[in-house]
Amino acid sequence: MDFLTIIQIADSALRLATPLLFACLAGLFSERAGIFDIGLEGKILASAFMSAAIAFVTGSVWLGLLCGVFASISFSAVHGMASITFRGNQLISGVALNFLASGITVLAAQAWFGQGGRTPPLMGGGRFLPIELPFALGKSDAEAAGVPLRILIEQANPIQQVYSEFISGHTVLVYVALLMVPLSWFVLFRTRFGLRLRAVGENPAAVDTAGVSVIKLRYAAMLIAGILCGLSGVYLATGLGAGFIKEMSAGRGYIALAALIFAKWRPVTALGATFLFGLLEAIANRYQNIDLGGIVIPVQFMQALPYILTVVILAGFVGSSVAPKAGGQPYVKER
Amino acid sequence: MVGAKTEGQQATVAPAIELRGISKAFGPVQANKDISISVQPGTIHGIIGENGAGKSTLMSILYGFYKADEGQIFIHGKETQIPDSQAAIRAGIGMVFQHFKLVENFSVLENVILGVEDGAMLRPSLAKARKSLKALADEYELHVDPEALIENLGVGSQQRVEILKALYREADILILDEPTGVLTPAEADHLFRILNGLRDQGKTIILITHKLREIMEITNTVSVMRRGEMTATVKTKDTNPEELAELMVGRKVLLRVDKVPAQPGEKVLDIKDLHMVDDHGVERLKGINLNVRAGEILGIAGVSGNGQSELMEVLGGYASATGEIRVNGDPIDLTGKYSDGRSRRERGIAHVPEDRQEHGLIMNFPAWQNVAFGYHHSEEYQKNALLMDNKKMVEIAQDKMDRFDVRPPLPGLAAKNFSGGNQQKIVVAREIERNPDLLLVGQPTRGVDIGAIEFIHKQIIGLRDQGKAVLLVSVELEEILSLSDRIAVMFDGHIMGEHLPDQTDERELGLLMAGVTGEGDR
Amino acid sequence: MDKMPKWADIALIPFLNLLIAFVLSGLVIFAIGENPFKALMTMIDGAFGSTYGWGYTLYYTTNFIFTGLAVSIAFKAAMFNIGGEGQAMIGGLGVGIACLFIPAVLMPHWTIALVFAMIAGAIFGAGWALIPAYLQAKRGSHVVITTIMFNFIATALMGYLLIGPLKLKSAQESASASFPDVTNLPTLHEVLAPLGISFSKSAPANVSLFIALAMCVVVYLLMNRSRLGYEIRAFGESPTASVYAGISPTKIIIIAMMLSGAISGLMAINATMGQHERLILNAVEGAGFIGIAVALMGRNHPFGVLLAALLFGFLYQGGSELSLWSKIPRELIVVIQGLVILFTGALDNMVRMPVERMFIAAAKRKDA
Repeated sequence: MDFLTIIQIADSALRLATPLLFACLAGLFSERAGIFDIGLEGKILASAFMSAAIAFVTGSVWLGLLCGVFASISFSAVHGMASITFRGNQLISGVALNFLASGITVLAAQAWFGQGGRTPPLMGGGRFLPIELPFALGKSDAEAAGVPLRILIEQANPIQQVYSEFISGHTVLVYVALLMVPLSWFVLFRTRFGLRLRAVGENPAAVDTAGVSVIKLRYAAMLIAGILCGLSGVYLATGLGAGFIKEMSAGRGYIALAALIFAKWRPVTALGATFLFGLLEAIANRYQNIDLGGIVIPVQFMQALPYILTVVILAGFVGSSVAPKAGGQPYVKER
Repeated sequence: MVGAKTEGQQATVAPAIELRGISKAFGPVQANKDISISVQPGTIHGIIGENGAGKSTLMSILYGFYKADEGQIFIHGKETQIPDSQAAIRAGIGMVFQHFKLVENFSVLENVILGVEDGAMLRPSLAKARKSLKALADEYELHVDPEALIENLGVGSQQRVEILKALYREADILILDEPTGVLTPAEADHLFRILNGLRDQGKTIILITHKLREIMEITNTVSVMRRGEMTATVKTKDTNPEELAELMVGRKVLLRVDKVPAQPGEKVLDIKDLHMVDDHGVERLKGINLNVRAGEILGIAGVSGNGQSELMEVLGGYASATGEIRVNGDPIDLTGKYSDGRSRRERGIAHVPEDRQEHGLIMNFPAWQNVAFGYHHSEEYQKNALLMDNKKMVEIAQDKMDRFDVRPPLPGLAAKNFSGGNQQKIVVAREIERNPDLLLVGQPTRGVDIGAIEFIHKQIIGLRDQGKAVLLVSVELEEILSLSDRIAVMFDGHIMGEHLPDQTDERELGLLMAGVTGEGDR
Repeated sequence: MDKMPKWADIALIPFLNLLIAFVLSGLVIFAIGENPFKALMTMIDGAFGSTYGWGYTLYYTTNFIFTGLAVSIAFKAAMFNIGGEGQAMIGGLGVGIACLFIPAVLMPHWTIALVFAMIAGAIFGAGWALIPAYLQAKRGSHVVITTIMFNFIATALMGYLLIGPLKLKSAQESASASFPDVTNLPTLHEVLAPLGISFSKSAPANVSLFIALAMCVVVYLLMNRSRLGYEIRAFGESPTASVYAGISPTKIIIIAMMLSGAISGLMAINATMGQHERLILNAVEGAGFIGIAVALMGRNHPFGVLLAALLFGFLYQGGSELSLWSKIPRELIVVIQGLVILFTGALDNMVRMPVERMFIAAAKRKDA
């Protein structure tokens, strides 16, 4: 495996990590506020469908983004209603929303486009296109040099290779996701809102007796989770892919939760954890059957690897009491 | 005298707090009935009453936790609506709850500023609070490290953080709900010094407690509550403990329980060098040596959280430990975590747990299923090899409930629908009727009404008189003194010493409970 | 003192929850441009209009009884087993291996084959639940996420086996060889014909239905009359109190999850052995997930599960018919399933709180 191949895998890992990262940060805000959100999966799916559908119909990916995020927020609002206002079981609510999303996206896609539960492929302005950063090797350089871009990059020095392949050439949402990491950290640990949000996930009674509304804070957390999850779905359908496909979230919401636990509910480590999962998927995509000196690892095993890893992580790293204490508990005033 | 000062003010100054005709019902239960009180500024007002008398509900209304069904609240003479805690804080009311409302993994500073930050960014708020805290600490003897995490502080310090929180919010009325329940006598004295200091600065303090000693020691005036009603408000100097006790329970109380001298026999329980480390790696029992003989009650006194609960868990078979425990001379296995309750019961150990709602009962199960709880493997409850005999279980439960006067005597009613006293009777009936060799009893009368207390005490003494061994754990010194034949005091996982009840007093036990060992003779 | 009469708790509130879920489903149908009443009539006709329809409805009902009972046992122990789908898949693998590889001499009659298949299906299903159960009991890994992961892993495993080792070489699709004829279970047609009742020959309902009904009774006795059931319920209500009573959390978590997995696995005698008669990729068809809705709707009581399973059997068969005769795809059933779980499970209080208030107000008026 040469250096450029590694860079290319890393590049692909970053793309694949992006929806996980958005979802993981969504889960972070939700769980830090004391609400389990198994429904990340459904929100991603709902947003993926809405963004692709609207982007296709209007030809504008930005309108798609808006509507995708809106769909995700609506799901968040129902989850908030169930878990905050009506003090229902948060796990059950999340599972219900996942089914709802899984069914209704296909139903709507079928009614709308009649292509068996998918949207038509997105083209042109219906997708987010890669952004070429300054000084990166791109199409125009290739034309000027008169050789294919692939060759041009192969011939470049390693730093330029890393810059052009790995750092440059992603859609805007990848950079937004990366930006969300320090932003989330800042909001959680350096602002009044973050202090209160973390407090409400640890001991809502402390927040309530301090005269701050537990309900409003938790709804705010659900709103943020909705937006971030929405971006995850938007990226999936309009950045990573080119349109909506039935069940395209493929368990990413659950994997994001595992990454969140692995990351011990912290934004910076969340980046690392989701990148790890992205890397795994990238390797599985690139090497369908891995031949380890006579023993061929079947493709199904590679496909199952992220799920197996999730179980391994849950088995190995939970147990220490780092999870927000009030997680999953509806807040009932009592003395 | 402070009392004289307040009397002088009465004519001119409006009361700091005045409640008029407050009523509050929870479904069919009338928690507060037409309550009126008035507290002068710069005084300490005690509210005393039994568990469930409605004290905490009343204070929760004042702090905006519940909304009163009827009545008015006046703060410094002005009628004030208190729909939520925010409004209470604005009105200058601060509350120190019995169970602290602190975020455990936050620092003291973060807890103090929570809800009253100065801006969207934390840094300036923290800097400001650091300064004010220092000033408050110097003024009122409220020293706590502002950067320490709450989870690393002792209960006394945590309580000081709660007081600091209220003062930082510029409260001039401070409500404390059972503040000494978790404190040693020395820590309680420290708290009272703080409260005196606050009163001298003109703060108004409401102290909710069920301990007469505290009322007599520190309050200016006292109100007595019983069954949701305010039965009296008097000046503390004009009353005495006996009168208050009578007002509290509505009839003369027996402070001592009638019993004949113990006739101790063989050692039933023998504990040698028992150590126990909890799930967080903290050593809770640090070499316990104890024995209980047949026909005697050994009482273990101590402030809660000093290892009594862990001792009971180990004996009850749901925590592992090292060391040696023998019952009737045979050692019992201490290694099995969580699952030895059944074998303990088969060895003749019965257990009335400290927390009946958390451990003793399944609150959603009907009484008849709770009567079999823990003994569900015993022969009498089985119909055949596969199935249990539900009909027989109901019959047995009915019989026990009748004999223990559980009200209402309905085996089909869920445990959660019985009062605290009746729940406890169900547990006691289940455990005592097993005719155990050793009875473990934790906090037998916590949250239990007076009538049931007497009944439960009689049952425990009755078992002793049948020649059984009883190990009693209670944080109520009075209970320990009146029931025990021997008293051991626990502090920080150690047994501090043993005494005979008629050769000791509350003061001596109090010192041991605070970790101060005897006066040179040991 | 209870806030409302028992009938309101076990009948009125579930009914109202369900009503809301169905009204919303109707609105969904309306929103995609179809007539919900016409759709309902199509569904009823398709599910109950003929013995053919009944045959499919009862076939699905049988699946859902198994998976619903499975989820409900786990719920009783306060475990949320979302892994019914994977457990049923792997249970199918067990059933398939039993049918394919147990020598014919040992299985002279379908009844004996059924016993072997049930044992294999239960063991495989239980085995698939064992790892999540063990991790929950010993490591605190949340069983909700691990069981979902095991569903994905089961899909991958079945994909591997049916494209690789177990695939019938001559066939195009990913499926095993057909099971020997002796393992084929009698259909309802064959069962009812001697009684003079004519029943559709081509409908898949088979004797597994009676096994499912018997399983309802067994689960009822297990949960409400046996010591194990008592311990499972006690643990589900209060883990702390159970520990006091000498009930081991590890033991209960593992046993309850394995029982749940075993019953999920038993579903395969209906789907894999009774209907498909060979191993195929998607024999479970989401029944494991529907079990969640069935258990919630049935209030975790075997009789409630039976009723809810019948309702979902109707929805499933009706939904299939609907997708044939209209533009509404089968995924409608997933939407309804989601809404039922949402309203009977998570938003229960939305209906319960006002109803409770109503009863309290009524009681007060009576007192006054």
